[in-house]
Amino acid sequence: MKAELEALRERVLRLERGSSPVADVRFSIGSPAIDAALGGGLVRGALHEVFAEGMAHEPAAAAFAILLALRASGGKPIVWVRQDFVGLEMGEIHAPGLAELGLSPDRLIMVRARDGPSVLRAGEEAARCPPLGAVLIEPWGNPKTLDLVATRRLALAAARSNLPVLMVRAGGAPTPSAAASRWSVRSAPSCQLSGRQMEADAPGHPCFIADLLRDRAGAAGRGWTVEWNRDRLAFTDIHSAGVSGNSAAFPGDLVPAAAGGQDHPADAHRSGKSRRAG
Amino acid sequence: MPIDLERAGARDRPPLVVVEKQKGAMRLVALSRQAKRAGLATGISLADARARIPDLRVEEIDHIADAALLDAVADDCDRVTPIVMADAPDGLTLDITGCDHLFGGEAALRLGLSRRLRRAGLHTRTVIAGAPDTARALARFGHVAIVPPGGEAAVVRTLPIAALGLAEKDRVAISRAGLKTIGALADRPGQLFSSRFGEEMTHRLRRLQGLAPAPLTPRRSIPMLWLERRFAEPIGRSEHVEAALSELAQEACVRLGERREGGRVFEACFFRTDGAVRRILVETGRPMRDHAIVLRLFRERLDSLADPIDPGFGFDLIRLSLLATEALASLQSSLDGRAAEEDQVADLADRLSTRFGAERVLRFAPENTHDPARAARAVPASLNPMTSAVWPVPGSGEPPLRPTQIFDPPQPIQIRLVEVPDGPPRRFSWRRKEFDVRRAEGPERIAPEWWRAPDAVTRDYYRIEDVEGRRFWLFRAGDYAAEANPAWYIHGVFA
Repeated sequence: MKAELEALRERVLRLERGSSPVADVRFSIGSPAIDAALGGGLVRGALHEVFAEGMAHEPAAAAFAILLALRASGGKPIVWVRQDFVGLEMGEIHAPGLAELGLSPDRLIMVRARDGPSVLRAGEEAARCPPLGAVLIEPWGNPKTLDLVATRRLALAAARSNLPVLMVRAGGAPTPSAAASRWSVRSAPSCQLSGRQMEADAPGHPCFIADLLRDRAGAAGRGWTVEWNRDRLAFTDIHSAGVSGNSAAFPGDLVPAAAGGQDHPADAHRSGKSRRAG
Repeated sequence: MPIDLERAGARDRPPLVVVEKQKGAMRLVALSRQAKRAGLATGISLADARARIPDLRVEEIDHIADAALLDAVADDCDRVTPIVMADAPDGLTLDITGCDHLFGGEAALRLGLSRRLRRAGLHTRTVIAGAPDTARALARFGHVAIVPPGGEAAVVRTLPIAALGLAEKDRVAISRAGLKTIGALADRPGQLFSSRFGEEMTHRLRRLQGLAPAPLTPRRSIPMLWLERRFAEPIGRSEHVEAALSELAQEACVRLGERREGGRVFEACFFRTDGAVRRILVETGRPMRDHAIVLRLFRERLDSLADPIDPGFGFDLIRLSLLATEALASLQSSLDGRAAEEDQVADLADRLSTRFGAERVLRFAPENTHDPARAARAVPASLNPMTSAVWPVPGSGEPPLRPTQIFDPPQPIQIRLVEVPDGPPRRFSWRRKEFDVRRAEGPERIAPEWWRAPDAVTRDYYRIEDVEGRRFWLFRAGDYAAEANPAWYIHGVFA
């Protein structure tokens, strides 16, 4: 029964966007738990919304979205459209920091838009360009023009180019939209690093708590704690007590979780030298 | 073909003179025809002129307005030829080589231009000659309208010495020697004058006679290629304008194909019947020969104009110029997919730059510096193709050491609690919120670049994580030992 439903869903998806190969329909996130719940990953040619749980977690939401874009892009260019005010409020994008997450800034085209309508306009223009890997849209607050119609246009453009469009809603509240999935993201305490040159209580790899508020496929209402693994360019699951924020150390170097073979280790290991300035 | 600008005075009104304060006295510097007919001349003081004609209309000279008028007339003259040279304060020189047949010959062109300017209220003197200096001198001192080819040296013989445009004392010196005309100068050996007045005078004489080439300094750069459409009936509807632009773009791309070139800078000029000219510029990141893409860029640009193009009573001329071109090999029929995709991305960057401005569509380039604020440079994406630069990445298994977003300038924070005096804070407040630190690592000392800011202080950076998992990049300004109460700042946030 379940398999039949799944097959039907795939067929409808294919009908909706003409004839694109089935393998391209979803992109894996890397975390086995989330991928399993989503049925193999997020839908590629669709709009996905990422909210932050409170203003202080906006950087985590933006980072989560760009990492999703990195997962989806497969080495192709990414366009990041950002409203000026987001940069003023949350800080400007720092390319070396992105490089340290495993995203080579060379692949990024940054569009700085003055207001909400320009953000949507630039985002839609980019979403109509199939050779891109992903489009990231970051308006501030709830622009008046960002309504059901505008999101539907974005979703259609995304479906037509088979391109994920990720909308980070910095300072925004959920409104009716045509998004295929909606996430709420917050930072999670990082796990203890396994020794080496780092200090004992040094902050570790980026960790997120991602709650799926809404999902077309029906997996909504669940939350996961994941860590970003730069070496594998994938999210990995963190089990058990990670959410509570207690200072108990997490053992070891984390569960090596396997995901669909979408990793791009070429981007990492570029230059192993860490910069300790003096 | 110099044009003398002279304000028209209505026949039945009192004579108009324009005055300027020279050495403490108001003197006439320009006259209307009636004033000239009444016996006035430039150089007379205003008091003398008033004594002769009591009901004189007097205006003070306005150099800025004159220059603006000359500029507007020059813009309008662009419709004849793209090569227009300003000859301040009152003349224009147009290079009409190869243009006259479009207007039905030289005589018709001259007549049409004079009429057009007279309708705008300007009395002009127009001369067509084979050399710019000859035309310029004849317009001011001569009585010839069109100089036959090769006749320059003969025509200028009767002009006064002043036509050479020498300094006043040199002109007086030559006149005192009894030489009144250019012809008298030309008959004598050149060395005579060059030894007394310098080489410059001989050069001027030869240029005036059309014997030496004269340098051209057009107001605008000369296009590599230009195409235009003239309309007997002015057009104003946007779809007609776009259709004309589309035809021009197609033709231009065919011509570019013949030359094996692609355009980098395209300019569309819209000439309104009333003389106003509007120019729209689009640039592409790579040489372009696809008319559909060029047209799409123009459409983006026209759509995003803060002040849309106003057709007024319509455009009677639209010109498409290519201001910069580059070599572009013939398009191959079987491009590999990768190159085609890169081109599509470059086109997207061009479109976005055209609409939002090149400074808003950016790419990052690494800089070799420890200063975090300067570690990456944002450069316009349309002018900088995708590269593969080397960005520093920490070793395998190490967490990120640089934040994903940074504040410029860094934002001050208040320290609430510290464990060790020179260590990281245990609790701090930022934006009226309290943060309890759970993990910290540091310091990473970054010294300022003394050759840029000699007074900047050393910064000790700490990576901080609070109990909720938010990760910050804080620094303490200055040396802990030297500063009694060092200031703390937040410089960035991690993922």
